[in-house]
Amino acid sequence: MTALPIGQQLINLFAAILLLLAFAMLAQRRIVSLIDLFAAQGLVLALSTAVVAYSTRQPHLYESAALTLALKVFVLPWLLYRLVRKLDVRWEFEGLINIPTTMLIGIVLVVLSFNLALPISELASTVTRSTLGIAMASVMLAFLMMITRRKAIPQVIGFLAMENGLLFAATSATYGMPMVVELGIALDVLVGMLILGVFFFQIREQFDSLDLRHLENLKEEE
Amino acid sequence: MSFSPLALITAAIAAWLAIGVAGILKPRSLRVVRVLFPIGAAVAVFLAIFAFAALRSVPEARVLPLGLPDLPFHLRVDALSAFFLLLLGGASAAISLFSSGYFRAGEGTAPGLICLQYHTFLAAMALVLIADDAYMFMVAWETMALASYFLVTTDHRLPEIRRAGFLYLLIAHVGAIGILLCFGVLQGGRGDYTFEAMRAVSLTSFWPSVAFFLALFGFGAKAGLLPLHVWLPEAHPAAPSPVSALMSGVMLKTAIYGLLRVTFDLLHAQQWWWGAIALALGLLTALYGVIFAAAQTDMKRLLAYSSIENIGIIVAGIALTILFHAYGKPLLAAIALTAVLYHCLNHAFFKSLLFLATGSVLHATKERSLGKLGGLIHRMPWVALLALVGTLAMAGLPPLNGFVSEWLLLQAFLFTPTLPQSFVNMLVPVAAAALVLAVALAAYVMVKFYGVIFLGRPREPHLAYAHDAGRRERAALLWLGIGCVLLGVFPSTVIAGIDHVNALLLDTTVSRAGESNWLLLAPIATERSSYSPLIVLVVIVSVVLLTIQLVHRFWHGRSRRAPAWDCGFPLQTPRMQDTAEGFGQPIRQVFEPFFRMERHLPSPFDDKPRYFVSATDHLWYWLYLPIARGTEAVARLAGLIQRGRIGVYLTYSFVTLLALLLFVR
Amino acid sequence: MSAAALLSQLLQVAIALLLAPLLVGWVNQCRAWLQNKRPPSLFLPYRTIHKLFVKDAVIADNASPIFRLMPYIVFGAMCCAAAIVPSLATALPFARAADAIALVGLFALARVFMALAAMDIGTSFGSLGARREMFVGFLAEPALLMVLFTASLISGSTALPTIVDTLAHRELAIYPSLAFAGVAFTMVSLAENARVPVDNPATHLELTMIHEAMLLEYSARHLALLEWASALKLFNYSCIGLALFFPFGIAEGADFVAMLGAAPALVLKLAIGGASLAVIETLSAKMRIFRAPEFLGTAFLLAVLGMLVNLLLGS
Repeated sequence: MTALPIGQQLINLFAAILLLLAFAMLAQRRIVSLIDLFAAQGLVLALSTAVVAYSTRQPHLYESAALTLALKVFVLPWLLYRLVRKLDVRWEFEGLINIPTTMLIGIVLVVLSFNLALPISELASTVTRSTLGIAMASVMLAFLMMITRRKAIPQVIGFLAMENGLLFAATSATYGMPMVVELGIALDVLVGMLILGVFFFQIREQFDSLDLRHLENLKEEE
Repeated sequence: MSFSPLALITAAIAAWLAIGVAGILKPRSLRVVRVLFPIGAAVAVFLAIFAFAALRSVPEARVLPLGLPDLPFHLRVDALSAFFLLLLGGASAAISLFSSGYFRAGEGTAPGLICLQYHTFLAAMALVLIADDAYMFMVAWETMALASYFLVTTDHRLPEIRRAGFLYLLIAHVGAIGILLCFGVLQGGRGDYTFEAMRAVSLTSFWPSVAFFLALFGFGAKAGLLPLHVWLPEAHPAAPSPVSALMSGVMLKTAIYGLLRVTFDLLHAQQWWWGAIALALGLLTALYGVIFAAAQTDMKRLLAYSSIENIGIIVAGIALTILFHAYGKPLLAAIALTAVLYHCLNHAFFKSLLFLATGSVLHATKERSLGKLGGLIHRMPWVALLALVGTLAMAGLPPLNGFVSEWLLLQAFLFTPTLPQSFVNMLVPVAAAALVLAVALAAYVMVKFYGVIFLGRPREPHLAYAHDAGRRERAALLWLGIGCVLLGVFPSTVIAGIDHVNALLLDTTVSRAGESNWLLLAPIATERSSYSPLIVLVVIVSVVLLTIQLVHRFWHGRSRRAPAWDCGFPLQTPRMQDTAEGFGQPIRQVFEPFFRMERHLPSPFDDKPRYFVSATDHLWYWLYLPIARGTEAVARLAGLIQRGRIGVYLTYSFVTLLALLLFVR
Repeated sequence: MSAAALLSQLLQVAIALLLAPLLVGWVNQCRAWLQNKRPPSLFLPYRTIHKLFVKDAVIADNASPIFRLMPYIVFGAMCCAAAIVPSLATALPFARAADAIALVGLFALARVFMALAAMDIGTSFGSLGARREMFVGFLAEPALLMVLFTASLISGSTALPTIVDTLAHRELAIYPSLAFAGVAFTMVSLAENARVPVDNPATHLELTMIHEAMLLEYSARHLALLEWASALKLFNYSCIGLALFFPFGIAEGADFVAMLGAAPALVLKLAIGGASLAVIETLSAKMRIFRAPEFLGTAFLLAVLGMLVNLLLGS
C-alpha cells in the first residue's frame, strides 16, 4: 500500500489527537487541566488548518488558522484562568455518572458518529473528508461532557469544545467557512464567554457555590 | 455394514434403560449398583464409538412403532446428533465409572432408585439428540427434566435441596413451553410435526424471527442464559457431584444442540440482527457468570456460575456464526461454529472433571464451603493432580484444550471488521474485549478455586483425616484428564471430525480451506495465524527437564526444610491465609454494580464483633420476586372463586349448563 | 526442519537468555543515573543469579511439589516464548508455533503457575500477591487484545513474522492508530512486567508488593530461575513491542550471518527502550492497587481508539 501524501498523513494524525483530547477532557477532574486540554485542542486545530491551507493552497485558511490560534489558544484560556482564579474552583469530584461508564458511552458515541459520517463523507469533495467522522465524534463527546458535569465551568468548556469540533468539521468538509461567518462565530464565542463569566459571579453570589444542582431549586414545587 | 449406526445407538439407549430397570429390582443393595454403573459406563463407551461411526456416514432415519397414532416416533442421526452423542458417551463413561464408587447407602434415596433415575436420564438425553419430530423431542426433553429433578433431590431430606429442585423444575418447564411454541411456529400451519416437514417449510415475514427468539428463550432457559439462569447455582450444588457433572457437562449441551438444530437446520436463512442480540446476551451472560463465580464461597456454586460463563461464551460463538452466515461468509461462519462445538466438547470434559473432583473432596472432608478447606494436595495427591489439569484447562491456558476453542473464537472475532454492516463492524470488535475479559476472569476464578481448596494450609483440623479417592474415582478422573490433554494437543484431528458437522449445517469445511496439519493449527493460512500446541508442550517439557538436569548437575546446593519465612512473622496460623471472600474482594469492588451487597460490619464497641457480607443476584429482586408476587396476586384473585359452600359450587354448574344450553346450539 | 535452522533457533534462545539480565541491569543503571545515584555495575544481575544458584535452598515445610516445580515451569514457558518471538529473525522453525494471541496465553500460563505457587505455602503475603497479580493480569488482557486487533487490522495477520514483514516493508508514514496502540501496549507491558507505576520491582513493603510477594518464600536456585525468568519476560515483551511497532532491522531469513547482523540493531533498540522505561519509572509514582483498573482502562481506551481510527481513516 503506498503511503498517503505527507499532508494527508499529518491531518490524519491531528484528527486522531483531537479525538484523544476530547476523550481526555471527558475523564479529567482538575479544572485547570481541562483548560490546558482545551488550549491544546485549539493548537491542534490551528495546526491542522494550516496544513490544509498548505496542501490545498488556499491562503484564506491561513488567516483562519491565525484567528483560531489567537482566540482559542491564548485569549479564551486566559479568560478562563482568570475566572477560575476569581471563583476559586479547582476540582470537581463527581459527575452524574462515573468515569468508566462515561468512557463506554463515549466509545459508543464515537462508533455512531463514524457510521453516520460515512455517507456524508462520500458527498464532500475535499481531500480530508474522511476526518468528518472524527469531527462529529468530537462534537458528540463535548456534548456528553456538557451533560455529565455538575459544575458550571466544565460545562462551558464543553460548549467551547463543541465549537472546536464544528470548526474542524467545516475545515475538513468544505475547506473552511467564508471569512465573514468565521469572524461572526469568533465574536459570538468571545461575547458569550464574557456574559457567562458575569453569570457565574451571580450564581456564586446567590448560592455560594457553582454546583448547578442549586439551580434546581428554581423550579416550581407542587 | 449390516448394523447401521442408528440401530447400534438405539441398542445402546435400550441397554441403558435395561440397566436402570435392573437397578430397581433390588433397590437397597449397594453391591448391585457397584456392578451396574460400570456396565453403564461400558455402554457409554460403545455409544461414543457408534456415534463416531455415525459422524462420518450419511444421515439415517427410522420410524419406531411407538408414539401417537398419526405421529409415531421418528429417529434420525446425522453429523450434528452424532457429535453430541460422542460428547455424551465420552463424558458419561467417566461419570458413570465415578458414580459406581461414589454413591453410598443412606443418603436419602436408595441406590437402586438412583441407578434407575440416572440411566433414564442418560437414555433421555440420547433420545433428545436423535429425535426427528417435535413430539418425540418433547417427550424425551420432559423425561430428561423429570429424571434430573429426581436426581437433584436425591438428598431430599434437606429443605433447601427440595427448594432448589422445585426452582429447577419450574424454569425447565417455562423453557419447555418456549420450545413447544417454537415448534408450533416452525411447522408453519401444515400440521406435520416431523423435522423433515419443518425443513421443507419456508416461513415468511416475521415468523422466522419469532421462531428463533422462542428457541433462544426455551433452550436458553435450559442452558442457563441470562435472565433464566437462576436455577443453575441452586440446582448444581444441591445435586450429588456426579449428577452435577452430568448436568453441567452434558445436559446444558443438549440445549445448545437444540438451539443449533433450530437455527441452522430447521430455519433456512438467518438475519444478522439475531446474531447481534444473541451476541449481546451471550457476552452479558459470560461476564455475569464469571463475576459471580469470583464472589462465591461454596465450591460447587462457584463451578455452577462458571458453567453459566461458558454457556455465555458458547452462545456468543453461535451468534458470531449467525452473523457471518447472514452476511454470506461461509468459511468464517465455519470457523466460529467449529469454535462453538469444540468448546462444548472441552467444557464437557473439564467441567465434569472438576465437579467429580469436588465430589471426592466432599466425600473425604464433608465440607463444601471454601472457608473450611485447604492444603488438600498433601492428603489427596491424585485428586489434586487431576484437578490441576482441569483447572488449567478451564482457565484457558495453552497447551490444554480450553485454550484451543478460545483461540479459535478470537480468530473468528478478528474477522468481524470485514463485515459489511457499518455499525456491527465497529462494535463487535469492542465486544470481543468483553469476551477476553470473561476469559481472563475465568483464570482468576480458577486460581481461587484450586488455591483455596488444595493449596495452602488446612483451615480446619479434621482435614488431616482426609483420604484420597478410590480406584474407580481415580480411573474416571484420569480418563477425563487425559481427554483434556489430548483434545488440547491434537486440535486438527478434532477439527477434522467437527468438519462433518460444518459440512452438514454450513456447507463448508475448515480443514480443506486452511493449512492445518496434525502439528499445526492454521484455520485460514499460516501467514494469518497459527498455533501448534504440540510444539509448545514439547518445548516447555524439554526445557524443564533440561534445566532440572543442568541445575542438579552443576548447582545443586542442599535443600533444607524450615517453617515458612513470611517476612519473619512468627505467629502464622492457617486462618491468616486468604479466604474465598478475600480472594474475590477485588472483583467485588471493581464490579460492584453487578451485585446486591448486604454488609454487616462490626462497630468498635461490639464485644462480640461479627462481620457478615453477602453478594446476591439483582435479578432475583428485579425480575423474579415481582413475577412471583404478581402470580400470587392473580392466584389470590382466582381464589375468590372458592367459597366453601356447596350451594355456590352448584350455582357454578347450573350457570354453565344454562350458558351452554342458550349459546351453543 | 534442517539442522542449520534448528541451530539458528537455539542461537536466538541463547542470545535471549544472555541479553535479558543485561537489559534489567541497563534499566537499573539508567534509573540510578536519573535519580542522581551512583549506578550499580551493568553486570550485577548476572552476579546475583550466580550467587543465588550456589546457595542452599530453604523450603517451607508444607510446600508441595507445585512449589518446587513452578520456577522450572515458568522458566520453560519464558524460554518457549523467547524461541517464538522474532527478536532476531522471522523465519525460524518455531516461529509459527504460536501467534500473538497464543503468546499472550503462554504468559498467562506462567502467571497462573506463579499465583498457584504463591498460594501454596499458605501465608498471607503469598495469597495477597497471588490475588493482586491475577487482578492486574485480567485487567490487562482486554487492552492487550485490542492492541493486537489494531496491529492485525493493519498487517492482516496476528502472526508476528507476518506483521514484521509487512510493517518493515511499508514506506515510512505516520500511522496514528499504531501510535495509539503503541502507547497502550507500553502501558500494558508496564503492568504485566511489574514496573512502576503498577508495581515497584524493588520494594518489600506489604502494602506495595505484587510480584515480589509471590516470590517471597523462594530462595537459592529457585529464586535464581525466577529472577532470570522475570528478566526474560521483560525481554520478550520488549521484543514483541519492537516487532509490532519498530520492526526495522530484523533478519528476514534464518541463517546465522543475517542473525548476527541483526543483533546490533536489536541491542540498540533495546537500549533505547530500556532508557525510556527508566525515564517512565522515574517520572511516575506507584499507584494504589485500585487505581490499576483506571490505568489499564485508559490503555484499553487508547487501543480501542486506535482501532476505530484505523477503521475510519485507513491508517
